[in-house]
Amino acid sequence: MKTNTLILHTAALFIMPLQLMFSLFLLLRGHDEPGGGFIGGLVAASAFVLYAFAFGATATRHILRVDPRDLLSAGLLFALASTIPAFLAGQPMLTAHWWELPLPGDTYLKLSTVLIFDIGVYAAVLGTIMTFVINLMESEE
Amino acid sequence: MESLMAYVVGILFAAAIYMMLRRSIVKLVIGLILLSNAANLLIFVVSGMTRGAPPLLPEGTNAPLGAIADPLPQALILTAIVIAFGVLAFAVVLIRRAYEVVGTDDLDQMKDTDT
Amino acid sequence: MLLAVLSGFLLAMAVPALHRITGKYIGWALAFLPASLTVYFASLIPAVQANGSLLIEYAWLPGLDITLNFLVDGLSLVFALLISGIGTFILIYSGSYLAGHKYLARFFVLMLSFMASMFGLVLSDNLVTLFVFWELTSITSYLLIGFNHEDMEARKSALQGLFVTVAGGLALMAGLILLAIMSGSYSLSEILSSDMALHEHAFYTAAVICILAGTFTKSAQVPFHFWLPNAMAAPTPVSAFLHSATMVKAGIYLMARLNPSLGQGELWSQALMLFGAATMLTGAYLAFSSTGIKKVLAYSTIMALGTLTMLLGVGTELALTAFVCFLVAHSLYKGALFMIAGALDHETGTKDITVMGGLRKAMPVTAVIACLAALSLAGLPPLFGFIAKELLFESLLESPIWSASLTITMVLAAMLLVGVAGLVAIKPFFGQSGNTPKKPHEAPFGMLIGPAVLSVTALVFGLVPFLPEAALLQTAIGSVNGAAVETKLALWHGVNKPLMLSVISLLLGSGLLASWNRLRSPLAAINASAARFGPEAGYFKFMDGITIIAAWQTRILQNGVLGLYLLILVAVTFGLTGYTLLTQHGINLTLDLADSHFYEWGIALLLVAAATFSSTTHSRLGSVASMGVLGFGVALTFILFSAPDLGITQLLVETLTVILLVLVLFKLPEFGNLSSPFERYRDLAVAIFAGIVMTLVILAALDVQYFESISSYYIENSATLAYGRNIVNVILVDFRALDTLGEIFVLSLAALGVLSMIKLKAEDQHKP
Repeated sequence: MKTNTLILHTAALFIMPLQLMFSLFLLLRGHDEPGGGFIGGLVAASAFVLYAFAFGATATRHILRVDPRDLLSAGLLFALASTIPAFLAGQPMLTAHWWELPLPGDTYLKLSTVLIFDIGVYAAVLGTIMTFVINLMESEE
Repeated sequence: MESLMAYVVGILFAAAIYMMLRRSIVKLVIGLILLSNAANLLIFVVSGMTRGAPPLLPEGTNAPLGAIADPLPQALILTAIVIAFGVLAFAVVLIRRAYEVVGTDDLDQMKDTDT
Repeated sequence: MLLAVLSGFLLAMAVPALHRITGKYIGWALAFLPASLTVYFASLIPAVQANGSLLIEYAWLPGLDITLNFLVDGLSLVFALLISGIGTFILIYSGSYLAGHKYLARFFVLMLSFMASMFGLVLSDNLVTLFVFWELTSITSYLLIGFNHEDMEARKSALQGLFVTVAGGLALMAGLILLAIMSGSYSLSEILSSDMALHEHAFYTAAVICILAGTFTKSAQVPFHFWLPNAMAAPTPVSAFLHSATMVKAGIYLMARLNPSLGQGELWSQALMLFGAATMLTGAYLAFSSTGIKKVLAYSTIMALGTLTMLLGVGTELALTAFVCFLVAHSLYKGALFMIAGALDHETGTKDITVMGGLRKAMPVTAVIACLAALSLAGLPPLFGFIAKELLFESLLESPIWSASLTITMVLAAMLLVGVAGLVAIKPFFGQSGNTPKKPHEAPFGMLIGPAVLSVTALVFGLVPFLPEAALLQTAIGSVNGAAVETKLALWHGVNKPLMLSVISLLLGSGLLASWNRLRSPLAAINASAARFGPEAGYFKFMDGITIIAAWQTRILQNGVLGLYLLILVAVTFGLTGYTLLTQHGINLTLDLADSHFYEWGIALLLVAAATFSSTTHSRLGSVASMGVLGFGVALTFILFSAPDLGITQLLVETLTVILLVLVLFKLPEFGNLSSPFERYRDLAVAIFAGIVMTLVILAALDVQYFESISSYYIENSATLAYGRNIVNVILVDFRALDTLGEIFVLSLAALGVLSMIKLKAEDQHKP
């Protein structure tokens, strides 16, 4: 499935990067404001789906660079990796750990296992939906 | 508002189940989507509906300023929405595959094909 | 001790590798394990003699009060020694008997697993562990009977054995649980040492019936005896080990074990005497009237099992002494005779004794061993079997009830047994040469050492009965009795009533044997007509009945009409929900419109309209589009009522859903009218009913709140513990992160499922 309208092509090229950035923004602010891994992953997925409608499945695979399946497994591994600090500390599984990295200036970068977990969710959701869509579109072609 | 929504959810359930009982397999899928929407709304309604007080804590405080919407059912529904989508995708592809193999969209005729 | 019990399982895992290394000496190599276990168990004897019993404890499932405790006393040691001792020779024997068999390694895996289960069974202190090992012996027995799995008959017999013993096992489980409830403990040692009067408990009858159902099926008592002769489809070492010396005695073991606790009730002793005597006579008769050597031995095993059961029922000190002696004597001679039978089968190519004869010239060693074992079977001096039989007669003569009838039955059985001993020892080896399929020659060493050692042991025990008595038997008798017993075993008791009875049965038996050829055809005719009404016919009728009922209910319930399944599910679910609601809460129809804004009315109307349209339209596109409208309406509801995260998610998912449907569903045909008007109205009625129930459920749920909401914990701790201000997200990724982890795994499974279905199709298309 591939459409040849100029408007969709142009719009997809402009909107997709914005959507992707917005999805990362949603992911990172999710702990304090509406957003998070699920929503971020869905927004990113719709960006790629839009691209897929404009340029076809093969081009989307190309721009994704990795197979959506790998994205999926990477997401699961991230989520599992977030359990390691708690495991090492002998705490119950998935107990949250927080670190603050000092940055130049007076700011701190807040890192946590929770963030790693949420990134895992983001990647898993994105990977799942892209697996659905890309494979379905390829089977149409 | 909750009592009004109770009737709306009831109608949604009735529509969903009626569609799921049809013999056409496409209608079954649509019934499935209706059902998951109805179920999500059901959880949302019975947990109480609050206007304009999302479960967010204001900057700089550790407690909400007033009564806020219940966050737990919202977390439940959020996962339910995403899972329902995954299940739906699976069901849709399964059904298309079944249609290709069996050559009919009539559920009643599929019973004779499990050889 | 734990290692001793489980070592069989451990070694079983290594068998395939060992088989490659040791090749045809695998039997000898593996026999090291039971041999060393024999030494180990023997080394426990002094401690047991000093203390009465040993309790070795390991916790297994402490939360459920299930332990891996081992109870070592006289009784369990006798069994353990029998298992390990006979097991040693059986393993050596199997190596020769099945030499070159393609599944030899598999055979040894099963044999060792069985042996380990058997150790577990006789040494367990906990009723639950005992039961687990009990079932394991049933399962390994099933696999061993069906070892020649290409043989239809073997598979059928294996299944029969499994069904009968496992059905009994179920009853046994119920019985053991009842026993635990009655005594308040799952530990055998505690049950045995408590002086509670269990036979006065309300559950006593039920418990005894259930336990006996289990032990009777396992130990092949009438009317469950039919599976044992069929189990002879197994390779002969299996028959020798499982179906004569050990597994079938598991039921006997359990009855002996529980005898001190349950034996005071009349039901227990009378049931045991009655069934035991019936089994004894049936077994002896059937043994005498059979012609296959393994069948003869199998039926005589049934006879022995009946005798043991009967002796437990009599329950006097003398009877229990006879019980333990007969148990040991039987295991020794029956193990030996089975191995001889296997050797005969192996060397002559037939199991039929009518065609065997004069083999003593070709197989002199085998003949000597066979005669020795058969002397013990017939109960002749100077073998241990004689001592056991004298004790048997004596105890029956002194039985508190039914003494006369039991003694007469016993004399009849003993007489038939003399005949049986002649059948297995005299008929094949003496007289005219038979016409066997293979030219007979002497069996290999590996197949002779086992029966030789067992027969010689029986001879030694007979000549110096003091030896086993002092070592272990007295302690064993004490643990069956529940209190210590003074015994005095001797070969020669002087001329007394038991000796007279022995002589009578010997004379009558010899007479029977002499006329065996004449008796054979009328007996066969009687058996054939009796078989039509026997318990085995009942078993097959029962199995057929189950098949018919299963077919019938499958036709009714699993008729393949998916819509009907769904209709029944929906009707039942909502019917029950509605009924519960009606009885527990009552109907409460309220509609409060005052608290809604007009635009909220608008959304409600939009939802209703979209749902109605999508379920009534004949256009696919219209249906999908109105689905989308409905989804956005739901998203709007979420956003208006303080759920921004939900709103965004719902919007995105709804978009993707519509895309998905467009991608896939439009490959499928348009909606058609497939149902009849009646079906449509029927479904509509059910659907409307379900909708009404759901509305009522929601209204009821709004009315009452049974528990304090647990959300307050999340609200209070979101910022302080989890450093997050979006509570929904905090719940998802922190408080309930494990659920979310599970969810993304489900998602990936769905993705993999979709992927495989699509790839599968691609592969199909590549095929021509």
